[in-house]
Amino acid sequence: MRPGFADPVLDAQAAFRAVMQAMARPGTVQRLAAAPDAPPPIAPAAAAVLLALADADTPLWTDAPEAARGWIAFHTGAPFVAAPEEAAFLLATSAMPPLAGLRAGSDEAPQEGATLIVQVGALRPGAGWRLSGPGIAEAHRLAVAGLPADFPAQWAANAARFPRGVDLVLAAEDALAAFPRTLRIAEEG
Amino acid sequence: MLSRPERLALLARASAAELAAAMAAAAPLPPHRRLRGPEVGLTMLRGRAGGDGAPFNLGEATLTRCSVTLADGTIGHAWRLGREAEAAEAAALLDALLEAAPARAEALLAPIAARLAAEAEAKARRAAATEVRFATLAAMR
Repeated sequence: MRPGFADPVLDAQAAFRAVMQAMARPGTVQRLAAAPDAPPPIAPAAAAVLLALADADTPLWTDAPEAARGWIAFHTGAPFVAAPEEAAFLLATSAMPPLAGLRAGSDEAPQEGATLIVQVGALRPGAGWRLSGPGIAEAHRLAVAGLPADFPAQWAANAARFPRGVDLVLAAEDALAAFPRTLRIAEEG
Repeated sequence: MLSRPERLALLARASAAELAAAMAAAAPLPPHRRLRGPEVGLTMLRGRAGGDGAPFNLGEATLTRCSVTLADGTIGHAWRLGREAEAAEAAALLDALLEAAPARAEALLAPIAARLAAEAEAKARRAAATEVRFATLAAMR
């Protein structure tokens, strides 16, 4: 078993700040200086997000193997659920579960929508998708390697059910970017 | 041989001085790494009014927990009432050590077990001295 954050209070605050900044400025890439040494295949940034946000009240779903689940369970105390649609937080280390199958909250309580953390190959700002929406002055570009081919279509369907929907955190090694449900993605080159 | 719950109960009730003595007796200590803590939190103490009373929340007490791992991956845990961080880490380290070598537990923790047994007996004696026997009078004819 590996330890969690080196400094549980300050490192968790730094991770929280990074997620907040990423959500407020969708598509910008945040780097985590003090990410925990998570067991493979969990990326350090994904581990930091979970350790900062998940607790005993947030049902968790992950496709990570048993040893990695044990590490998450020990450090967060979050209960695991077998069905993705029951989870408040989801960590996808390989294939992304379909967005339509996740908890989207309700019109009265949109905050109950799930947050999906997806580990991707790379995040490259300045190229690829054109992102727009609240938090982006004009447009922002981000290339993401490792999302399914039909992701833009899935995302459009997710954005269409606003205020319900799923929020996304993309993690690559120690970098993370967030796609809140208000974000619009255009594929033009 | 002591079971792990028994061992953890002894380590949780031991004083900081007793833990330091046990650490000295267990020397040389292998290097260890902190997994979590030592960190202080609160736990709710629950009580019961009498043997068949409903449980109620008595109040909260401070609790220190710590988990450590040895180089070979053995994990030791400690949860102790109070705020003695150093003692919690020592208890966790002793638990990890004894998890790797359970046969040493009895000898290492004997002073703690003896002190606790003596205290329990003294308490039982004091309580027994106050016992009042109610004799039931048989119905007189």
